[in-house]
Amino acid sequence: MKHVDEYRDPALARELAAQIRRESKTPARFMELCGTHTMALARHGLHQMLPPTVEMISGPGCPVCVTATEEIDRAVKLARTPGVKVATFGDLVRVPGSQSSLARERAAGAAVEVVYSPLDAVALAQREPEQEVVFLGIGFETTAPTVAAAMLSADQQGVKNFSVLSAHKLLPPALAALLAGPDLRLSGFLCPGHVTTVIGTACYEPVARERGIPCVVAGFEPVDILASILMLVRQVESGQSRVEIQYQRAVRPQGNPAAVALMNQFFAPVDAPWRGLGPIPLSGLAVRDEYGHLDAAKRLDLSVPPAQDHPGCRCGDVLRGLIRPPECRLFGQVCTPAKPLGPCMVSAEGTCAAWYKYRREE
Amino acid sequence: MSETILLDHGAGGRASAELVASVFARHLNNPILAELDDAAVLPAPAGRLAVSTDSFVVDPIFFPGGDIGSLAVHGTVNDVAMRGARPLYLTAAFVLEEGLPLADLERVVASMARAAKQAGVAVIAGDTKVVGRGQADKLFINTTGIGLIPDGVEVGAHLARPGDAVLVSGSMGDHGVTIMATRQGLGLEAPLASDSAPLNGLTAALLAACPGLHVLRDPTRGGLATALNEIAARSGVSIELNEQAIPIDPAVAGVCELLGLDPLYLANEGKLICLLPEAQAPAGLEALRAHPLGGRAAVIGRAGQAHPGRVWLNTAVGGRRILDMLSGEPLPRIC
Repeated sequence: MKHVDEYRDPALARELAAQIRRESKTPARFMELCGTHTMALARHGLHQMLPPTVEMISGPGCPVCVTATEEIDRAVKLARTPGVKVATFGDLVRVPGSQSSLARERAAGAAVEVVYSPLDAVALAQREPEQEVVFLGIGFETTAPTVAAAMLSADQQGVKNFSVLSAHKLLPPALAALLAGPDLRLSGFLCPGHVTTVIGTACYEPVARERGIPCVVAGFEPVDILASILMLVRQVESGQSRVEIQYQRAVRPQGNPAAVALMNQFFAPVDAPWRGLGPIPLSGLAVRDEYGHLDAAKRLDLSVPPAQDHPGCRCGDVLRGLIRPPECRLFGQVCTPAKPLGPCMVSAEGTCAAWYKYRREE
Repeated sequence: MSETILLDHGAGGRASAELVASVFARHLNNPILAELDDAAVLPAPAGRLAVSTDSFVVDPIFFPGGDIGSLAVHGTVNDVAMRGARPLYLTAAFVLEEGLPLADLERVVASMARAAKQAGVAVIAGDTKVVGRGQADKLFINTTGIGLIPDGVEVGAHLARPGDAVLVSGSMGDHGVTIMATRQGLGLEAPLASDSAPLNGLTAALLAACPGLHVLRDPTRGGLATALNEIAARSGVSIELNEQAIPIDPAVAGVCELLGLDPLYLANEGKLICLLPEAQAPAGLEALRAHPLGGRAAVIGRAGQAHPGRVWLNTAVGGRRILDMLSGEPLPRIC
């Protein structure tokens, strides 16, 4: 496959891994901030290629995992509302809220439809004008512009029965919250290629300069990831902390201003709850008042009782890199991909799901 | 006769008889079926029988490389063949949705007849029911297969032994990805087609070349990964695979990349997995490759003793990880 094979080249990958083993002397903990990196590391078995001095831990980068229980509860309430059809990415369907999940509501007769793109949800609203179609907007700065594009399209076509329940999250405030927390012993960040493609590298500069933590923006193929880890190792070994871009074929330091502008046209930052991290100031996106007609929160009653998480679930500690999945007592015992209790086990990109699926003998 | 299926066609009266005569008996004709009595009467062969039943609900009913009719024959013939048996007979039961175009039914039944002929089996009993519009989706087919296991053949998912070589007869994921791409109407120009085919010729050739083989399995729903996990669990062995050795068609790999699918979890309907003593692997590989359905056969790994029940994948880039069973159901109604 053109444009993919060269980044999965076995000889190159093995050479990079050997280089990492040769050069890494100081024990280092690197956090990958993106769920897609977590998945790629596990799927290609890259952990087994790294020396004992390099430990990779997962951060709060899986959009489904950081979606707060109360946000799932709101989606469940929507699904129970007569005349409403919920359109969502598939991963969200099985995530447990306080009492129920969208999958359970669907089995009980609620209208929940999986779509592959927010624009599909607009098309759905056009096909079924008698329904109020609500798209569940979750994800980071990578998804928010595409949701904004769908809102623009709905607005331009005069679609009256389409709205968005926005539970989007922003990366920079979460990064700041993570850095402000105690117990964080990190030697570097493997920064998310896709988010950075949109927002650029400015938010990592203070991390590298003021906190002295190396940052490398990484692509998603095995060669990308190994090359990025090697770049992090070299910074650690030379006592430097800079922002570097490994994923040069996609990322520009200034990001993608057109995508950011579209996102800012429809959304404004608000305080938001994160599963595991709690409330973080200005870390979410709400639909701007002038587009209230596209905002499910304004069109429908979405009030829910306070959320209840499973008392034993330690997804929060997993998301902050404080424990590894097997250190949670529920992991693999009562919490499995077939019957997930916490969000990190539900999403295909979740840290616990990846660990269970690919690494549970470790 | 009307051009669509009506509730009458399943009522057991004149319309039913007419449908049986004009479609089913005409295409699937053989002396046993021709009696059209309450039960088919068969000579009882000496030895052991293998019996398998399967229901087919694939959506869409026509897809590149096959249709629900040929699939209903291949699926059951292959299940019988995976016990080392020579498939002899099939039964076929149809649930039809009111309003199904008769031409579609006829096309499906004609395809079944061709598939049965190619596989060397006779459809000896059948049934038709019609349900109201919306109570089924176009048509569902159940087939049951009966086969004769030759003396001395002992094949089963529980019989793998440490040291066995693991072979596949060809590329993985073709059927699953074809159904997915067709159903989504992706408009891809990739040359995709289901691999749906009868495997009894291939198993006969393999058994002739390697009489001591231990396991045959067709990796249908859940794909290679799930089938190997079942074999590892049933036999109490571990299995270690080499990712680079697993044949995958470039078009399938490309579409999987696009849709975020893993070909190792996608269904196949014309491929088999074989585990046999390592010493017989070259003969097995040769027998598979000599057959038209086994041209891309490969040795992809071996069974071991450490971690019984577990399947490991040595990744192409040099890593190693668990290859787990499918969990969840990303692709419903693929067969």
